[in-house]
Amino acid sequence: MVKLTPTDPCADLLPVEHGHAVLRAVAPTDMWLVAPYNGKAKAAAKAAQKLVGQGWPDPGQGALSDGRGLLFFGHAHALLVGVAPSKDLMKSAAVTDQSDAWAVVDLSGDAARDVLARVTPLDVRPAAFGPGQCARCDIAHMQGAIVCLAPQQFRLMVFRSMAKTLVHDVTVAMESVAALGKTA
Amino acid sequence: MKIPCPLCGARDSREFSYLGHAGLLDRPAPDAGDAAWDDYLHNRDNPAGVTEDLWSHDYGCAAWVVVTRNTATHGILSSRLAKDGAA
Amino acid sequence: MRVAGFGHAVDTAQPVSFTFDGKRFSGGQGDTLASALLANDVRLVGRSFKYHRARGIVTTGSEEPNALVTLTRGAAVTPNTRATMQPIYQDMAANSQNAWPSRAFDLLAANDLLSPFLGAGFYYKTFMWPQSFWEKVYEPLIRRAAGLGALDPTYDGTRFEKAYAHCDVLVIGAGPAGLMAAWTLGQAGLDVILADEHDTLGGRLLLESETINHTPGHIWAAEMAEKLHAMDTVRIMANTTVTGAYDQGDFGALQRNDAHLANPDATLPTETFWRIATRGAVLCAGAGERHIAFPDNDRPGVMLAGAVRGYLNKYGVAAGARVAVFANNDNAHQTALDLAAAGQAVTVLDSRSDAVAQGDYNLLAGAQVVGTSGRQGLRKITFTQNGQTRSMACDCLGISGGWNPMVHLTCHMNGRPTWDENLASFVPTPGSVPGMVVAGSAAGVMATGAVLADAVQVASDLARDLGASVQTPILPSTEDRPTGIKPLWEVRGHGRAWLDFQNDVTTKDVRLAAQENFRSVEHMKRYTTQGMAPDQGKLSNVLALSVLADATGRGIPETGTTTFRPPYAPVSIAALGAGGHGKGFAPERFTTSHAASVAANAPMIEAGFWYRPSYFPQPGERTWRDSCDREVAMVRGAVGVCDVSTLGKIDIQGPDAGAFLDLVYTGRFSTLKVGKVKYGLMLREDGFVLDDGTTARLGPQHFVMTTTTAAAGQVMRHLEFVHQCLRPDLDVSFASVTEHWAQFAVAGPKARNLLHLVVDGSVTDDIFPFMGCGAVSIGGVNARLFRISFSGEHAYELAVPARFGASLFDHLLRAAETLGGGPYGMEALNVLRIEKGFITHAEIDGRVTADDLGLARMVSGAKDCIGKTAAGRPGLVEDGRQQLVGLRPVGTVKKILAGAHLFNPGDDVHRTTDQGHITSACYSPSVGSSLALGFLKNGRARVGETVVMVEHLNGITATLEVCDPVFFDPDGGRMRG
Repeated sequence: MVKLTPTDPCADLLPVEHGHAVLRAVAPTDMWLVAPYNGKAKAAAKAAQKLVGQGWPDPGQGALSDGRGLLFFGHAHALLVGVAPSKDLMKSAAVTDQSDAWAVVDLSGDAARDVLARVTPLDVRPAAFGPGQCARCDIAHMQGAIVCLAPQQFRLMVFRSMAKTLVHDVTVAMESVAALGKTA
Repeated sequence: MKIPCPLCGARDSREFSYLGHAGLLDRPAPDAGDAAWDDYLHNRDNPAGVTEDLWSHDYGCAAWVVVTRNTATHGILSSRLAKDGAA
Repeated sequence: MRVAGFGHAVDTAQPVSFTFDGKRFSGGQGDTLASALLANDVRLVGRSFKYHRARGIVTTGSEEPNALVTLTRGAAVTPNTRATMQPIYQDMAANSQNAWPSRAFDLLAANDLLSPFLGAGFYYKTFMWPQSFWEKVYEPLIRRAAGLGALDPTYDGTRFEKAYAHCDVLVIGAGPAGLMAAWTLGQAGLDVILADEHDTLGGRLLLESETINHTPGHIWAAEMAEKLHAMDTVRIMANTTVTGAYDQGDFGALQRNDAHLANPDATLPTETFWRIATRGAVLCAGAGERHIAFPDNDRPGVMLAGAVRGYLNKYGVAAGARVAVFANNDNAHQTALDLAAAGQAVTVLDSRSDAVAQGDYNLLAGAQVVGTSGRQGLRKITFTQNGQTRSMACDCLGISGGWNPMVHLTCHMNGRPTWDENLASFVPTPGSVPGMVVAGSAAGVMATGAVLADAVQVASDLARDLGASVQTPILPSTEDRPTGIKPLWEVRGHGRAWLDFQNDVTTKDVRLAAQENFRSVEHMKRYTTQGMAPDQGKLSNVLALSVLADATGRGIPETGTTTFRPPYAPVSIAALGAGGHGKGFAPERFTTSHAASVAANAPMIEAGFWYRPSYFPQPGERTWRDSCDREVAMVRGAVGVCDVSTLGKIDIQGPDAGAFLDLVYTGRFSTLKVGKVKYGLMLREDGFVLDDGTTARLGPQHFVMTTTTAAAGQVMRHLEFVHQCLRPDLDVSFASVTEHWAQFAVAGPKARNLLHLVVDGSVTDDIFPFMGCGAVSIGGVNARLFRISFSGEHAYELAVPARFGASLFDHLLRAAETLGGGPYGMEALNVLRIEKGFITHAEIDGRVTADDLGLARMVSGAKDCIGKTAAGRPGLVEDGRQQLVGLRPVGTVKKILAGAHLFNPGDDVHRTTDQGHITSACYSPSVGSSLALGFLKNGRARVGETVVMVEHLNGITATLEVCDPVFFDPDGGRMRG
């Protein structure tokens, strides 16, 4: 019997640190797209509540605690993170495994928001994008997602095949912000 | 330029792709006849003023959005989810 | 020269040494290149664009038309740097432009002697005939002489960047109005960005001697800046020029980050191009002084009156030893007052006969300057007063024709400014840019006290509009200086009177334009090039149109202005294209087998953003064809492995998933059995083919669709459109799983043997018949297996979660080797599918119908689908459409090339006789011949006929026989067996 060994899209490229920002790889975990069937939104929310301790996210909302949570992930979907879907949830919603579909990194530090301002048109001012908020958005011309984990900590996701581009473009932004900080 | 996504809020226009006039929502029945299909596929008004467009929030929530805007001022007046049907 | 006790911005105790045209000079910390040159009595700084006239510094800011220099710093060469905006740093190297061999002795200054022949329209009139001269003589001649400065075409490694900023209110300009507006808005709790193009906030206050709250204006500005810095709600962006106003509250802005640094960090972006998204904006851009057109008004030493006192007050520099001022307004008298305070004797020539001296200086009321002299700099002026003409020695002449509100940004969305008779200026038209209001001098409010009050008023109104509550601040006390003005545009006399210094446009050119009937201001602009230089006519536009108004006998309001368009100040292309260099150009998508393919020396080719292996060369193979032929034979003879992860994969779930697929596919999928795969064709609503692929039914409510690599995104958007816009009632949802699964084709007669070496358990025809699918396990990992074939062989596609992709590819290759197989690339994949007549987007080019492809039987007659009705339009079903055919050579042919067109033998080669074209071509090792697919008029009925292929690019013609598009194994026994 063959033995398949896993690889991580970002692990070899990270961590990277420049100035007051650090980019780290995030260990792989369960990620499932969840789309409630017609008329089953309440049942799906209840099943999700049991799994992750929080209800269905409103648009733009999503929080992780202890690595688990449910994120707004599109007009039809939420993303279940950190745990596989329960039978209950699968009764009321279509679920799709996405655990390997994404390159996932965490950007943190005092300069994190300045770095983000160079890779996404999203409004990342603290008042507009704080902990508990989550956005599907453009990241360096890639379809991505950003979750605000803490005031200075963000989870960035793009499709797995573009891990190198994500790390490259964020690293360039981190270098810029660090260099600009030195001239100020 | 920003487009208001009913779900995500005002977002940079580069996150969206454009399809065409919102008349595309009203697909004729298969037997509606040549004239109806001709209109649906090809004929468009070109108003200097208020019009409705279909945009897809590709880089965001993937919703199809009906945007009401003014072609003369570039002003965007409102938006709604296409799946919610006519205004 | 330096003046002791003046110059708050410069620390002469900290000398900074720099070179200009190779000669070493010294300035002080805080000097701009312009102030340092004037401190060193350098007045001639460059040559003009067209006539190569000697030119000097005119202004203190970004509107500077003359003092453009080329900076060299390390490998970076930057032309057209405005000396007035460029701080000096140690060992800075600046060079003048447009002069050869030197700025003092410039050979092309001969153009100036030819000026009677080089007036407006000269090029249009001269370089007309003979036509053959245009490319060989005229164009090279013009190109050699044209251009301001010279670009270094090599990439110097300098970084630029783009960034986004968001705020409630953008305040543009940090002069007295901007400071006051930002403070008012920030106090109201609004998120404010205050942008100013200079390094220090204060605007005109830094250049003037006037006081606010009884302290010098520059100190008040510094205190305000400190207060604003301390406010959480205010973000200050210095060195940042707001360059454009765009739709929905977006503004462009260019920030200069390293202009002051001798050795900037390699990772420091030299400029940041900002897109600022805001709810509201306050334009506080101030006003710009304009000059007066009089004969020879362009000599070095002739400056704006406001600049003369600006250099004294801010930099402690006297622009001349003997200064005169020529003006039509009270404000210019301040130059005399300030210079007098520094102990300089000044004469003011005021064109108004009722002008009154405001202090102790020599005033000549009712006087007009009618000429100047001095070859490389001003030495003498000639003027008239009371009918007498006299001369006066002077080396600096400050001129002021009044002040223009900087209305530019209000015009960026097609707004037009309004003429204000009292100000003798254009002022902004309210509402020109939605959400933007104008305050202070930019709105035509000129006295400082009134400016501050206006800024508070405008900012408070805007804050309330945005829902904030406002505390009205106590206004600081100001000196109120007189602002009287009486228009004077032009003094006519002998010699040329210059309007646009940068493009060398004179009053005579404007009059000539009017005389030749280019009377519209837009026509005059284009005929004379007035205002078309990098400064966009900031100094000269109003002056020029006043001359045009005079020449055409119309008033200024009737004459109107030309449109101001973005950018307000030049923006380097590098800043606009920032991030697009090298790896930043576009995302790169790598499959999980990428590293292994590269390690196997496979040349990688781009497919969209993806990188895929072209072929896997073996020792001894000399060309790609050697490798490709071997790989094709390997697949046909043993087994090949190919990464097909780039194909789009869409998970489709829900009770209505089958009904939905029936709507988007021409065929019926609702009746497909679980565990089966079916080929599907998708049409656009206009009846043409959108994409093709296979869809597998994994469960009663669960399908997985594959799309072509090229159309993956387009198909996903199409499915969402059909669902959300046409059938939102259907209970179905879509998720892209392209990236979750790494998928590999295993193809060839030994494909099943290979699977048995890798997959847990056995793969049999019972469980996996042709077009069957299901779950398998590989070393305990859940995988999916599809028995589908794009090669015509017994073949499978095996999918595992992407984290195991690299490992699975490795195992598959090792197992394949034991069976005489190995990896194959895109070249072999293409040959294999052409041999079988399988289509790709080379065939599905957006112009073909299902019937054109010979796939009409796939369109179900029993149900509707997207595109079905339109596919029945007469034009899409009429006789004579081009249909997919196979083509093979008759006798020996050199080559068959995709893109070549087809003709009937004996016909003239002409578009009217065109019979079709070739879409795909290859050499087929399996058939032993070149083969092609193509579209041919009525093609299916013409099997057996011959056609002629004509390829003009390579000059190749060939005779081809029309045949069925399936060249190899036509009954499909190999893939079913």
